[in-house]
Amino acid sequence: MATRVSEHEVQQAIGGLLRLGVIVAAAVTALGGAVLLIQHGGDPVAHRTFRGEPPALESIVSIVRGALTFNGEAIAQLGLLLLIATPVARVAFTLVAFALQRDRKYVVITSIVLSLLVYALAFGKA
Amino acid sequence: MNLASLALLVGVGSFAAGLLGSLTGLGGGIIVVPMLTLLFHIDMRYAIGASLIAVIATSSGAAAAYVREGYTNVRIAILLEIATTIGALIGAMLSVHTTQAKLSILFGVVLIATALRSLRPRAEHAILTTPDRWAAFFQLDSSYPTPSGPQHYSARRIPGGFALMLVGGVLSALLGIGAGIIKVLAMDQVMSLPFKVSTTTSNFMIGVTAAVSAAVYLHQGQIDPAISFPVMLGAGGGALLGARILTRADVRWLRPLFTVIVFVAAVEMLYKGFTGTI
Repeated sequence: MATRVSEHEVQQAIGGLLRLGVIVAAAVTALGGAVLLIQHGGDPVAHRTFRGEPPALESIVSIVRGALTFNGEAIAQLGLLLLIATPVARVAFTLVAFALQRDRKYVVITSIVLSLLVYALAFGKA
Repeated sequence: MNLASLALLVGVGSFAAGLLGSLTGLGGGIIVVPMLTLLFHIDMRYAIGASLIAVIATSSGAAAAYVREGYTNVRIAILLEIATTIGALIGAMLSVHTTQAKLSILFGVVLIATALRSLRPRAEHAILTTPDRWAAFFQLDSSYPTPSGPQHYSARRIPGGFALMLVGGVLSALLGIGAGIIKVLAMDQVMSLPFKVSTTTSNFMIGVTAAVSAAVYLHQGQIDPAISFPVMLGAGGGALLGARILTRADVRWLRPLFTVIVFVAAVEMLYKGFTGTI
């Protein structure tokens, strides 16, 4: 197969991307968790019944907005969002790699998976 | 109990789950939901959301290492991810209409299947070297490293594997688990892939599958940061430590212990499901 990017190089890059994503997400989540406990550590627990999260913790835009105001819950939620986005970034990267390898069949296959992921992330309606 | 002590206890419990899951190869996600619901009395919907976070954290770390070592078949992963992501969307849709009691019963059944599967010794099958029509069309042939050099392998019965992956996606979303046993079953038993390729490719796919349903649950308000942050950091840290220990120590004795824990959790989930006390 005449390829510009070798399979080995793609594997190394995907591995590195996954590791980076998890490290960044863990760091942001840890920071958010610490701030959350400083702000609300003494609050009583109420997770026995499901009430759903406030809208501010449900959409990507409002999570980022909340994190910028240094709200602990929003920062932790941003970390969790980054973790969820890591596999999505992996698929997007794989798409680029297949495109560089001129592998049309797998460009189509990867695009289908990426569309499903982006759909879930952006709209969240199953 | 206040939020700080809950976070601490959930973090310690998740660390143990991640460590045991990584050392036994069964994954930590399978006992995060029983731990959160049975020990901490957290609503199942929050527990499933937090567990999916644990699943992504623990699988991505291991996946990063395996893909670099050349075990993971990226083509097979992406092809079958069409099935698991569609399955995950279906599962997330079904979860809205499923009661906690029914989820608890289904969870108990999956836990028992996991416990039984882990007790059965694995039968090694011969490595397939000639692809069938579908495997050739999708260029699924590859090779993986062995002590005696690269070993070439092929795949077969792709539609069967694909169908089983749909089921795996549905269960992953409904229960907040990685559903690794179903993924490995599809690749190892149905598609005749080498076991090492099956387990590492399954691990690689788990993050993408879980990301779909986690994203849907985030929008549905099922990802609670106060519960999910200690679960993610604990389970992720436990899995990381487990991977380090695994290369140096013989931990086969842990498997029966973990199987007993899974079995006890199964009985408890079934009981609570049937009596409607979850």
